[in-house]
Amino acid sequence: MSETQTSSAPRELKLMSRSTYLKEAALKNLFMLCATMAVAGVVLIFLFVGWRGWPVFSEVGLKGFLGGSEWLPTQGLFGILPLLVGSLVVTLGALALGAPLAVGTAVFLSEIAPPRVRSVVRPAVELLAGVPSVVFGFFGLLVVRPIVADLTGGLGFGPLTAWLILAIMIVPTIATLTEDALGSVPDGIREASYAMGATTWQTIWRVLLPAAKIGIIDAVILGMGRAIGETMAVLMVVGNAPVFFRGIGKPVSTLTSQIVMDMPYASGVHRTALFGLAIILFLISMGLVGLVRGLSRLREGTR
Amino acid sequence: MSDTLDCAASPAVEGAAPEVKITVRDLDFYYGDFHALTGISCDIKARSVTAFIGPSGCGKSTFLRCLNRMNDLIPGTRVDGTVLLDGQDIYGPGVDPVDLRRRVGMIFQQPNPFPMSIYDNVAYGPRLHGVKKKSELDDIVRDSLERANLWKEVKDILDRGGLTLSGGQQQRLCIARVLAVQPDVLLMDEPCSAIDPTSVQKIEDLMAELKSSVTIIIVTHNMQQAARTSDETAFFLQERSGEPAVLVEFGRTADIFTSPKDKRTEDYITGRFG
Repeated sequence: MSETQTSSAPRELKLMSRSTYLKEAALKNLFMLCATMAVAGVVLIFLFVGWRGWPVFSEVGLKGFLGGSEWLPTQGLFGILPLLVGSLVVTLGALALGAPLAVGTAVFLSEIAPPRVRSVVRPAVELLAGVPSVVFGFFGLLVVRPIVADLTGGLGFGPLTAWLILAIMIVPTIATLTEDALGSVPDGIREASYAMGATTWQTIWRVLLPAAKIGIIDAVILGMGRAIGETMAVLMVVGNAPVFFRGIGKPVSTLTSQIVMDMPYASGVHRTALFGLAIILFLISMGLVGLVRGLSRLREGTR
Repeated sequence: MSDTLDCAASPAVEGAAPEVKITVRDLDFYYGDFHALTGISCDIKARSVTAFIGPSGCGKSTFLRCLNRMNDLIPGTRVDGTVLLDGQDIYGPGVDPVDLRRRVGMIFQQPNPFPMSIYDNVAYGPRLHGVKKKSELDDIVRDSLERANLWKEVKDILDRGGLTLSGGQQQRLCIARVLAVQPDVLLMDEPCSAIDPTSVQKIEDLMAELKSSVTIIIVTHNMQQAARTSDETAFFLQERSGEPAVLVEFGRTADIFTSPKDKRTEDYITGRFG
């Protein structure tokens, strides 16, 4: 392309060609479009759900909806408290079981496993994230539920079965993010700890986990988001009775599962109330994402 | 260097003379298939400063890490030969590398305080070893920081994060952290190459003070630093790439720098290569 230079005369800078300019501009706009689509998707869904669900606050009333303790659509009662409690119980229980399991998995992968073992375990954990939730639900229904039924009496539909299934489902989310958090701890810190005469366990417990603390909390919060939003697997094992939590072996219902259960036949106020549930789910998600953002800002602040 | 030969001939456990802290005999080191060091033998004197010098990649850091078995943490490494600490083979059967590292502390090139308070950094080692009483920890923390010449600068900010200190202060914090477990030997792997000149001066002063109680081995790229700080010097060299590195010459620092016995040492000292 370029002409040969005579050594004496300084070469003039080339002007940007028109085609280069156009290509650069087109690419820039293409990528911006991609990002805009994602944002637009969230905004549109939020507007739609808000538009369809908003009337619930006038038709059922703020108190009847948010403060109501009975969800009986046939009698015009749309109190979400039992569902909210159901979601909370299912989610927190799943976290209590799943988070330690996932953090343990991440520690094993990041600090203990020899490379060959890691190359088998890590894809297996990632594969877990790819298993469709209906398969988890099916497994829960046919394998876990009968065991729970033996333990608690009844049919085995209820929070305990949901906990066990959800605990496994949130492992990939929490484990992958926790492993990233541990991986971002500088190697020098590991070496320093070992060089001080710390054992592997002491290094993990006293230095690495505290150093990765905020990243791990992030991971658990995102795992919580996954658990609270999970629908199909929960629906299949939780019993779907929109009543208050009465015991780990007794059916309850959650915000998500109730939407699916009622959607096929709901009309009028009932339908509006289901969109109202979606608004609540949306707000919870936003709260969790906000929490994660806040924490990561805190982490940057301490560095 | 004639006493070296005498030591090698006598039984291993009895081998070390009183003033010798570490005895190395015929050490070979491998990273997987790569033969990194061969035939290293030397005696490190107690309560002195020994400098390891040589061009980049000549294995001096690798050798240093053989002395507290830090290389054990890298999968696929192998050590042949013997390393005696006070006459005991540190690679002997059943020797716990964790316990060894409590006696042979290490300072790294990059200051690496833990992301916790200054106090907790220094208290880390004692806590590992079971010291729980607050008053006892307070004493150890103060004493260690004083020995590291850092106490005056940090005594009012002990609860501040260790990473908020300057690079040179961080390195002295790391030294205090190691001193808190009362090691006999301090391995320093280019401790001054990532910090500013004023701090280098402070660390060199510190080495001079510490050597009355601790045996110090320092790897350095800086020949003036080796000449200034050390009593004895070891010169390592990898002659051709792909071949294992050797210990070319080991002796009193004054001799190495003024009248080296080996032509290769002389070439390196006078700046003809590396």
